Amino acid sequence: MARLVRSVSFALVAAIVPVLAAVSAGEIPESERRSDYHLMSPQTRAMQDDETANPGTLWVLDGEALWEQKAGSAQRSCADCHQDARQSMKGVAARYPAFDAARGRPVDLEQRINICRAEKQKAPELAPESKELVALTTYVATQSRGMPIAIATEGMEKFIAAGRELFERRSGQLNLSCSQCHDDNWGRLLAGNVVPQAHPVGYPLYRLEWQGVGSLQRRLRNCMIGLRAEPYAYGSPENVALELYLMYRARGLPMETPAVRP
Amino acid sequence: MARALINIPRAAKRGDVIEIKALISHPMETGYRHDETGKGIPRDIINRFVCLYNGVEVFRADLFPAISANPFLSFHTVATESGVIALAWTGDDGETYTQLANITVE
Repeated sequence: MARLVRSVSFALVAAIVPVLAAVSAGEIPESERRSDYHLMSPQTRAMQDDETANPGTLWVLDGEALWEQKAGSAQRSCADCHQDARQSMKGVAARYPAFDAARGRPVDLEQRINICRAEKQKAPELAPESKELVALTTYVATQSRGMPIAIATEGMEKFIAAGRELFERRSGQLNLSCSQCHDDNWGRLLAGNVVPQAHPVGYPLYRLEWQGVGSLQRRLRNCMIGLRAEPYAYGSPENVALELYLMYRARGLPMETPAVRP
Repeated sequence: MARALINIPRAAKRGDVIEIKALISHPMETGYRHDETGKGIPRDIINRFVCLYNGVEVFRADLFPAISANPFLSFHTVATESGVIALAWTGDDGETYTQLANITVE
């Protein structure tokens, strides 16, 4: 009997060892990096690809209207300074979050829009995840559709490292890090779903579960709630650092905004 | 704010089967949800959608609370004559929105 127990426990250990070996696989090599678009059903992919079926287009159109709308005591619209977004905003979202010299830290696209509102338009900042802010961000980001993600790393090493540290840090009651799923076990099944590589190529995106368009930070907060961790506040340095690291990690992948995800 | 995206071919041959697609911006609030204070959120959905081809009804749909926000409708009809295709939908508030598109049939 004792021998049986011993051999059973040996078998268990033998089964666990490869799992442990798979841990700390590190960053996904460039040749295997790909958008989670490929994990979606053909129906959801068709929905994203057809502009007239992609509900994210409704937000793009809203953003286009807001771009032209005068706001604040300066009575200036985005277009008054930046003219045609199709030209001036091309490739911008693929470079964000970007370093803001005046603040000495990276800011994401939503923060950049709000900085512009406060300083140039003299208008109150838009609330995180408000229809207006999400629509404007979607409109700006969609101008980079198809362009490769290219974060400027110069002077940002410290912040990218901070984001990576957060990505690899275990947290929440489940005591899991982002990296354990999305670096080490992507492509495998978690409760019937394929674990995605989690590249933020299509944000802001239309999530069927949300029945609306939301930001990357909204998605990150969802993930943290899933880990039973306290989510970081919208616009907090932690969330921006995570966003920055995720964009750095997805460098080279083409933007899909507005993407559709289940 | 954008109300709807309508996709109807501008031109078609007589007898062709054409696809009409409509994506309507709408919350489709089911009426079964509650806000943070426990108060019920009243139902607010599109309950009827009609397509008129030169005044003749070619497609009609009744919508229910189980249909998701921003409903997408796609259906086919036969291009019979040049004219106007009108899409109209009615919400729980009783208001009807209409969007028109011209089609040339040769």
